[in-house]
Amino acid sequence: MIKKLESYQFLFSELVKRDFKKKYKRTVLGMLWSILSPLLSVLVLMMVFSNIFGRHEPHFIIYIFSGTLVMNFYSECTQGCMRALMANASIFTKINVPKSLFLLSKSVQSYINFALTLAVYFVFCLFDGIVFGMHAVSLIYPCVMLLIYNLGVGMLLSAMFVFFRDIEYLYSIFLMLLNYVSAIFYPISIVPENAQKYFFINPVYVFIRYFRIVMIEGSVPPLWIHLLILGYTAVALLAGCLVYKKYNHEFLYYV
Amino acid sequence: MSVIECSNVSIRYKTGDLQQIGLKDYVIKKITRTYKVEEFWADRDISFSLEKGDMLGIVGTNGAGKSTLLKAITGIMVPTKGSVVVEGKIAALLELASGFDPELTVRENTFLRGALLGYTKEFMERKYNEIISFAELEDFQEYMFKQLSSGMKSRLAFSIACLVEPDILILDEVLSVGDEAFKEKSARRIKGILANGVTGILVSHSVQQVRDLCNKCLWLDHGNQVAFGPANVICNAYSAYLFTPNDQRRLPANEEELTDVSNRFRVAWRIGVKERAHPEDFPYKIDRNESETARIQRLLKIVDGMSAEERKAIEDEIDGVTK
Repeated sequence: MIKKLESYQFLFSELVKRDFKKKYKRTVLGMLWSILSPLLSVLVLMMVFSNIFGRHEPHFIIYIFSGTLVMNFYSECTQGCMRALMANASIFTKINVPKSLFLLSKSVQSYINFALTLAVYFVFCLFDGIVFGMHAVSLIYPCVMLLIYNLGVGMLLSAMFVFFRDIEYLYSIFLMLLNYVSAIFYPISIVPENAQKYFFINPVYVFIRYFRIVMIEGSVPPLWIHLLILGYTAVALLAGCLVYKKYNHEFLYYV
Repeated sequence: MSVIECSNVSIRYKTGDLQQIGLKDYVIKKITRTYKVEEFWADRDISFSLEKGDMLGIVGTNGAGKSTLLKAITGIMVPTKGSVVVEGKIAALLELASGFDPELTVRENTFLRGALLGYTKEFMERKYNEIISFAELEDFQEYMFKQLSSGMKSRLAFSIACLVEPDILILDEVLSVGDEAFKEKSARRIKGILANGVTGILVSHSVQQVRDLCNKCLWLDHGNQVAFGPANVICNAYSAYLFTPNDQRRLPANEEELTDVSNRFRVAWRIGVKERAHPEDFPYKIDRNESETARIQRLLKIVDGMSAEERKAIEDEIDGVTK
């Protein structure tokens, strides 16, 4: 069993290496580009919306950045995972390997991007005069949970993508809509107070909210937010694993 | 203790509209009731077992279910009925060069493939040079995989699978790669591997190859198991079947019929060899332009016309040669 895990570890590292080399085409600037894109979108959103929403919102740039940080990681990771299974069809129809490894390696790649963007995010926080206290350590929680959540969603999507090829397009439409309802560049106070609770149906918003509470409001979020995140993550992962367990040997009929 | 044990393996295969379909098409086809999924038995009731050091050849015409059976053995598919028990590490070469990444270099692909086959980093580092030199790709290690010729790609795939010391080696139509020199080298290599007690399965359209390399043979036809047994007996019967015109083909119904067909073919083949070597010994003139099928047919007819003693005489002669 331990020997088996060891060999998968080698396979896993080889897959991560492969995905990295392919993504950045062996260019030094490759990685820089992937941080640049969230950065630019933050700046554009900042310029456009600071006059409309930013007047009453302290640290508006961090407010926006929290949103794009989470949203970018979510969309990059889930989209990557969605395609990862199909992209490796020529392998899993010939060699018996655990299919989730392909998704895992893709997520690691987006995770590194996320980590880099997160570093830039912290730099922005410093410049914006935010003081880092011990409460900032709690950010480890959403960072870990978000990865697992994405993986779960990615597993569901990748299975659907094998079954239906146009999921790719439908999902990009979904992502665009999600982008608008996740309160990335506007405060939720623009909707009536009794409707604000509906934002929490959206898991991505909950993660964004977590970052904002820690960085902007300077406190550890309440327990119920932790539990909500735990719940969403558990459901996503469980659903993903179940689908993979059920269809593990069915996928090859569809490719 | 057998290394591979297939008992009553049946595999139901699905095909039809489920491939390459979009959600929209799916909904429309469901509504108009034109969504079709065809299911058929790709393999039915296949049973055989292999001991350590056995080399099994799987023969059969197209669509016999050979590749599907291999997928069940490698664990890519799960048999619908029956069971496959495999003891040991499998290195499978199904459709050779696929599964390599065109954007990676030869070196990177080698390590990736090694990892996919379940080997460790240390092991691959130790074996790497041997693999590259066997594949004759020393000067191409840093080339992108897509820059290689198809022969080079197959050579690399073959070298990896053969040099990683598997317990079980599965080869699907792979021995026809490379030039003559490489083919010879790879056949030698496979014989060497088998001599070391590795169990192998070879799927090939070349009956000659199966005769040369295998000691056991499984004959499949449209998913049904026609026969399983010693390679020479089954190869003879299968050759006789192949050399029969399509409309007259008959599968041997039982063991006796199989042995009979096999023996007849053996005798016919023997006469054929003599005929070529010493045409002057025969009372008729041999048409040099005769097709192989026609020739075997003619020879089989000669065998049919022979008495039991005559056949026996030739059989003894063959046995004398083979012993």
